Amino acid sequence: MTADDLVIVLVAGLTATACGLLGPFLVLRRMALLSDAVSHAVLPGIVAVWLIGETRAPVPVVAGAAAFAVLCVLGIDAIRATGLVASDAAIALVFPALFSLGVLGITRYASDIHLDLDSTIYGEIAFAPFDTVTVGGVVLARSGVVLACVAVLNLLLVTALWKELRATTFDPQFSRVTGLRPRLLSRLLLVAVAITAVSAFEAVGAILVVTMLIVPAATAYLLTRRLGAMVAVAVGVGWVGAIVGHVTALTFDTSIAGAMGLVCAACFVVALTIRAFGARAR
Amino acid sequence: MNALEISGLTVSYRAAPALWQVDAAFPAGALSAIVGPNGAGKSTLLKAALGLVTSDTGTVRIADVEGRAGLANLAYVPQAESVDWDFPITVAEVVAMGRYRAAGWFRRVGRADRAIAADCLERVGMSAFARRQIGQLSGGQRQRVFLARALAQQAEVLVMDEPFAGIDARTQADLLELLQELSADGGSTVVVHHDLAQVRSAFEWVLLLNVRALGCGPVADVLTEDRIREAYGAGLPEGTPVWTG
Repeated sequence: MTADDLVIVLVAGLTATACGLLGPFLVLRRMALLSDAVSHAVLPGIVAVWLIGETRAPVPVVAGAAAFAVLCVLGIDAIRATGLVASDAAIALVFPALFSLGVLGITRYASDIHLDLDSTIYGEIAFAPFDTVTVGGVVLARSGVVLACVAVLNLLLVTALWKELRATTFDPQFSRVTGLRPRLLSRLLLVAVAITAVSAFEAVGAILVVTMLIVPAATAYLLTRRLGAMVAVAVGVGWVGAIVGHVTALTFDTSIAGAMGLVCAACFVVALTIRAFGARAR
Repeated sequence: MNALEISGLTVSYRAAPALWQVDAAFPAGALSAIVGPNGAGKSTLLKAALGLVTSDTGTVRIADVEGRAGLANLAYVPQAESVDWDFPITVAEVVAMGRYRAAGWFRRVGRADRAIAADCLERVGMSAFARRQIGQLSGGQRQRVFLARALAQQAEVLVMDEPFAGIDARTQADLLELLQELSADGGSTVVVHHDLAQVRSAFEWVLLLNVRALGCGPVADVLTEDRIREAYGAGLPEGTPVWTG
């Protein structure tokens, strides 16, 4: 492994950490497809940035994408809260509308330029070592710095509001009666997911983010009987995916994100097998 | 003083009213029941009183305090099936939720609060299960854990939604004994119940509900044959004897 390989593994590991802290809450709230929705819903944000500033530079693009990601998750939360539409349907209703809006925007205003998700917001983890910033005289991978910040923010959110997030996920009705604010906490969690997803899309690409938010959490769910352990195992499985996935990609000279995603999926299959054939960890 | 006082409560789901101008008062220190046929709005009444369902009109007072502030005096036991029992959480952690209001936002549940939760778990006979994941419990054990969580709130008024549904006879008897103890200690309890015979034999006060309030008062005054026929009407098969004790 070269230093560049180490950077790639670290960036993927930080993605796994940022995502693994939130993923368990999404899985337990039956909102696993949220990150997938966000990955599509950001398109109108990119079009809006092009319309306003005629730019495809990363910072404005991420800001525009984040605005629509937040709009998407709050829209889903609002539809869910009416009690008339189930969680999965709410997710499936909001993002196609936003994606369609983006497609209309492109055909109307940007048909002569190359404006799509792959060329603007979705990054590629293989390039992480080449895009650097200098912080206090030290040259660091830009995506690593961004994801480290996001991971720290998520850690602060989850530790500060641990009992509140757990209680409102487990029993929102009781929580409400006992003075917690399930709606507020739900919005806070979803906004954190939106910001995490958009930052990570830009750093490592969409498929790795969708994988890291859900697959390690779903794996951990099968292996643990307390939420704290579930979060720890989710982060751990994500790191296994990062390390083993990168080694696999190097060995077979193939896509890094693809290999990491498949290793996470393999971890899930192992956990499922353990649960299905005796050895009930719960 | 009334433990729970509801006036002019109307709740509608889309066009049809689920509850229509319901007035009901449950006295402090009594063991009270809410009875009525399926779809009468029993759970909706509780949820509207607790602000979990939006009501069109009406006011609610809990221990003489109106509105959301009254909830500080109330402990709630939701229907057991309202939560995911595969959730990765232990019995002790669920019961500790009863101390969250006392602990406050952002703070961990302290040692004194955990001790209160442990006492309540002891009181429902579930101490041995403290470290179990909740999915390993039977229906009756789940109900005991939910009751322990509510007791841990140390509230003046205990409100329970169908606690006797789907549990074994032994747990039913234990639960009833516990509720009667609470009542003897001056606690106020309001229970949504489906077993009229048990309400007659063990409860003091009752609200008979079928969208409207058909009577609210001492059990013997409210559960008359005429009123039960009026409430259950079409719900009772032809020739069903209406036992009036």
